[in-house]
Amino acid sequence: MPNAALEVRTYGAQARPRVGFFTDTSLCIGCKACEVACKEWNRVPDDIAPWTGESYDNTRSLGADTWRHVAFVEQKVPVGAAGAARSLVQTAAADGLAEDAGLETYQEGDGLRWLMASDVCKHCTDAACLDVCPTGALFRTEFGTVVVQEDVCNGCGYCVPACPFGVLDQRQGDGRVWKCTLCYDRLRDDKEPACAQACPTNSIQFGELDELQRRAHARVERLHVAGQDDARLYLADAGDNGIGGAGAFFLLLDEPEVYGLPPAPAATTRDLRSTWAATGAAAVALAAGLAAAVLGGRRA
Amino acid sequence: MSAEGATVPRAEWRSYYGRPVLKPPVWKPEIPVYLFSGGLGGASAGLAFLAGARGNEELGRRAWALALGGVAASPVLLISDLGRPERFVNMLRLFKVTSPMSVGSWLLLASGAATAVAAADAWTRLVPPPLARTARPAAAALGAPLATYTAALLSNTAVPVWHEARGTLPFVFASSAAASAGAAAVLATPPEAAAPARRLAVGGAIATVAGVAAMERRLGELGEPYAEGAAGTLKRAALALTASGAALIAGLGRRRVGAAAGGVLLVAGAVCERWSVFRAGFQSAADPKYTVGPQRRRLSGA
Repeated sequence: MPNAALEVRTYGAQARPRVGFFTDTSLCIGCKACEVACKEWNRVPDDIAPWTGESYDNTRSLGADTWRHVAFVEQKVPVGAAGAARSLVQTAAADGLAEDAGLETYQEGDGLRWLMASDVCKHCTDAACLDVCPTGALFRTEFGTVVVQEDVCNGCGYCVPACPFGVLDQRQGDGRVWKCTLCYDRLRDDKEPACAQACPTNSIQFGELDELQRRAHARVERLHVAGQDDARLYLADAGDNGIGGAGAFFLLLDEPEVYGLPPAPAATTRDLRSTWAATGAAAVALAAGLAAAVLGGRRA
Repeated sequence: MSAEGATVPRAEWRSYYGRPVLKPPVWKPEIPVYLFSGGLGGASAGLAFLAGARGNEELGRRAWALALGGVAASPVLLISDLGRPERFVNMLRLFKVTSPMSVGSWLLLASGAATAVAAADAWTRLVPPPLARTARPAAAALGAPLATYTAALLSNTAVPVWHEARGTLPFVFASSAAASAGAAAVLATPPEAAAPARRLAVGGAIATVAGVAAMERRLGELGEPYAEGAAGTLKRAALALTASGAALIAGLGRRRVGAAAGGVLLVAGAVCERWSVFRAGFQSAADPKYTVGPQRRRLSGA
């Protein structure tokens, strides 16, 4: 099956180091500057929906008109002696961490914790959307990212249910599918994507994938040392995580599904061989059934 | 740290405000109709070829007409479903085995051309014989995969009820295609020439019922959509229509009235069956428990 490394190689001398996002949700303050910057730069139509009544989330999920989505989760933290002690230790550790790294986690206190996370297209190594696209509108760029060519897409919609993250969707009144391009135009101009540039806390970090992965592992270790035991990396390893590694990965403070992310995503095309095998066998069975029906009886 | 603490029992699966992880398909009602028409066209081509080869021209000619009807309606339905119908020709920019839709576009193009030639030959005898001799077996050979590739198309998505049925769904579609081709030919052909079509209709109906049961058994709890909502209603309707149609054709198919009634019921059953599979995909994608639950269990090694 084609994947990022294979596809980028076809660029020859024009191939560039693979780039992506490390979104450190422990630093997210839910300001939505990323959503706004993305819309402004990419001229994504507005899609302001009424308040959900559940949180400060008013874009709900990624889609044709939301290429960065900030999720808001409110959780009750245990209070009382145990909670306080834990909290004091954590506060002290976080202070130390802040001095040490110039970074702090903002999300806990007063019996309530906020989980905020800016979601984005994962730019998968094994990208199901790209595999199933019948027109070639979805392609792998020289940066290893996955982009829809808007002048080729005919709105067949196959990529929409193929994506294990529910990223792509058809734009109403337009008919084509749209998603994050990782600011392909800006990359070609040696600029970082609009969301990363706008992020005031460096929760969204852009860079070469190797460097981002190194940074993510260092950060999660640091948070563990500081007592933030629930910090975990999501999709940060290139190993066998179902999509062959992601161009956009995350540091989360709870299980992925709490943020609306699949805990163990898989590219559907990994099962393509068995799918085609069953389809071929069924075609042969149909032919046999037809032959039995026609040839089985007495001559008409 | 568990956010809810120890006092709150842990749910089997969690989600972001109950919202879906996956996007539901954007396909319109043209698609389940196409699932039917492609199957009808593909299986009818095989029936027509074999009946003609066996000397049953009466059945053969009618089955070629049905095959042409199926494969001619299909591209119209598919193009109408596109977000940008005027760009339908972009389907032919590439041939991609990783995209069953791409494979199917070429398959439909080739089988449509072969079926058109074969049908024209069957009804007009104006087609040069060498061309007709090539077109007939080609249309039959392309018809079988045309009837089953749509199962690969649905299975090759992240939608749990489709993806996890990848081993059985093609057989359901093949059976349903056989039943609908047999039933349509029973409807269109005088009973004395329709014996092979009756056998195909009844055999296809039995295989469909067995196939759906096997698919649901394999799916386990992921198959819940087939018991609920629109997909459940359509599945029950499909089974009732298929069983009663097949029974009528088997019992009274040699009479005009029995053949007509049985044929209509069985064709309606095949349409409902495809529609049920189509709707089940929406229901499966819309509920995060079908996405998160199995993935969680896979992670915990259960």
